[in-house]
Amino acid sequence: MTRADSGASQTSEPVIDVSGLNVDISVPAGILHAVSDVSFSVGPAETLSLVGESGCGKTITSLAMMRLLPRSAKLTARHIRFDGMDITNYTEKDMTRLRGNRMGMIFQDPMTSLNPVYRIGDQLEEVYMRHRNASRKEARERASFLLEKVGIINPAQRLTQFPHQLSGGLRQRMMIAMMLMCEPKLLIADEPTTALDVTVQVQILQLLRSLQKEFSMAIVLITHNLGVVARMADKVAIMYAGKVVEQGSVQDVFDRPTHPYTRGLLECIPRHGLTAGHDKLGSIPGIVPSLVGKVTGCSFRNRCLHAEEVCAMRDVALRPVKDNHDYRCLFSPEELAGAREGVAAQ
Amino acid sequence: MSQTELARSAPPAPKGPVEEFTTLAPSPRELMKRRAKSHIGFIVGMSIIVFFCIVAIFAPFLAPHDPYDQNLSARLVDPVWGAKGTWSNIFGTDAFGRDVLSRLMYGARLSLMIGFTAAFIAGVIGVTLGIVGGYFGGKVDAVIVYLINVKLALPVILVALSIASISGGSILVLILVLGLLTWDRYAVVVRSLTQQFRDQEFVLSSLAAGASHARIIFREILPNLTNQIIVVASLDMAIIILIEAALSFLGLGVRPPTPSWGLMVAEARAVMFFKPHLIMVPGAAIFLLVIAINMAGDGIRDVTSPEGRG
Repeated sequence: MTRADSGASQTSEPVIDVSGLNVDISVPAGILHAVSDVSFSVGPAETLSLVGESGCGKTITSLAMMRLLPRSAKLTARHIRFDGMDITNYTEKDMTRLRGNRMGMIFQDPMTSLNPVYRIGDQLEEVYMRHRNASRKEARERASFLLEKVGIINPAQRLTQFPHQLSGGLRQRMMIAMMLMCEPKLLIADEPTTALDVTVQVQILQLLRSLQKEFSMAIVLITHNLGVVARMADKVAIMYAGKVVEQGSVQDVFDRPTHPYTRGLLECIPRHGLTAGHDKLGSIPGIVPSLVGKVTGCSFRNRCLHAEEVCAMRDVALRPVKDNHDYRCLFSPEELAGAREGVAAQ
Repeated sequence: MSQTELARSAPPAPKGPVEEFTTLAPSPRELMKRRAKSHIGFIVGMSIIVFFCIVAIFAPFLAPHDPYDQNLSARLVDPVWGAKGTWSNIFGTDAFGRDVLSRLMYGARLSLMIGFTAAFIAGVIGVTLGIVGGYFGGKVDAVIVYLINVKLALPVILVALSIASISGGSILVLILVLGLLTWDRYAVVVRSLTQQFRDQEFVLSSLAAGASHARIIFREILPNLTNQIIVVASLDMAIIILIEAALSFLGLGVRPPTPSWGLMVAEARAVMFFKPHLIMVPGAAIFLLVIAINMAGDGIRDVTSPEGRG
């Protein structure tokens, strides 16, 4: 069974609602438009997956939600509403109160995301003591409770260990536990399983899902693994060159991929029977264009099978395939599908 | 491709909680102890330092005579290995008939005290500037790099000499001057290390857990720098002790009759050809202490090397 079938509640107030997010970074060559016009919302116990290749703005988007962008980056947005409050112009002090308390983030590399000089316990307890004004004893109880939750068998002993004494999978569990200390409403997971080996990946993903159910968290999951998306997410936003090129429920997007890039991505996945020997595995030729300076037209046009002259001239807005399923292309879904079959027929 | 098909392409998940293997690596402290035990330079250096410290602290109880007590009838007595040496003055007496061993012991107090406090002052200044510059970068960093460059361009001994000669050289002034003139090596080391640690993921994840900048600097980055700071501090202390001896020798540091090793060498200059031990004994003390501090400093670097930090 997949996630979308379970029908997570879409009706309640979204935990995070991002609208018209732009992030511009000043680099020596000019202004880099790292993220342009990204909008999405995630409800309680719902998972949104941001998908795209390296450098497409997934991580920048998530850092923007936490307001942890580097100083050279400039953030503008119609609004970033977290739990009903617009945090776009929150001060650093206000954000400090939210981070780790109401919103948490886990990172790709568990080997470096824990401080090597402190025991695990100290790092977990500190978060709780800081945000909840709790005593060391309360924090310790909370920490061992959560370590059990994340599937660690002897928490008391683990809490006294140093990060280098733990394996990668255990460290990622520790990071998850650390971010859950204050029961955040939103958890951002930036490629949480990329640095782990395959069997551990599955355990971590399962863990995230069961914890999500238990604490009714919204999760923003950043990944480039579409298998993970299918397993974990309710909604998916496919990003390309800083823009969302297609977004909707996982079911809609995977069953009826509309944007040429989404189709390309889905064809890059090896499948049983279909790709064995006689057929080449799909790939998308070309590279992501530079985002420095003013970008006009569709940024995917250089790699697109359907590109025509008009693609270079007009900026494209997101348009609906149907309700809650949008794509960013000048051509209609039928045109794209038709042209596709034409190419295939040749 | 359908969603269910994709979901199946991921490997099956095992049932139930899984306890993962962990390395049974000993704790960092354990590893450090092991390395320290087999590091000869560290052991020798540390032993000498500890010996000097004990002598300095307990000088009033250990010294056989009062270091200020002049005895003009027993001037320039030979040391115990000399022709007319006695056990009552093991290192003999100086031109005023004061016991050299006692003065040496009290001199150790002064050298170590000046070394510690001046290195501490330099450390506070240098570490603060280095960590602030390295962490915040940008304009703040540019100002701090400028300050470091200005400091590097100052000739330490010359500046110390001129300030000491203007102010008349009290111990307090000496400590302040040496502290204010040797912070640069801390700043350089700490700044570059901070730049490395600032971009580590644990700093980002602790920001994501709601830590403030001050908290990141003091709780996350500073503890990671302790080892290197201790190494720099030990080397700095050795240099400060040498400069103090040099200034006192030139008559611009500690004023007589306070027992200082540099001063003892200076006072023995007049009689160096027929009583060479008066120069050699304090000279050997300076040499021993400085080389011991250097050995221990190198030892600390080896013992606390990063592989212990996993």
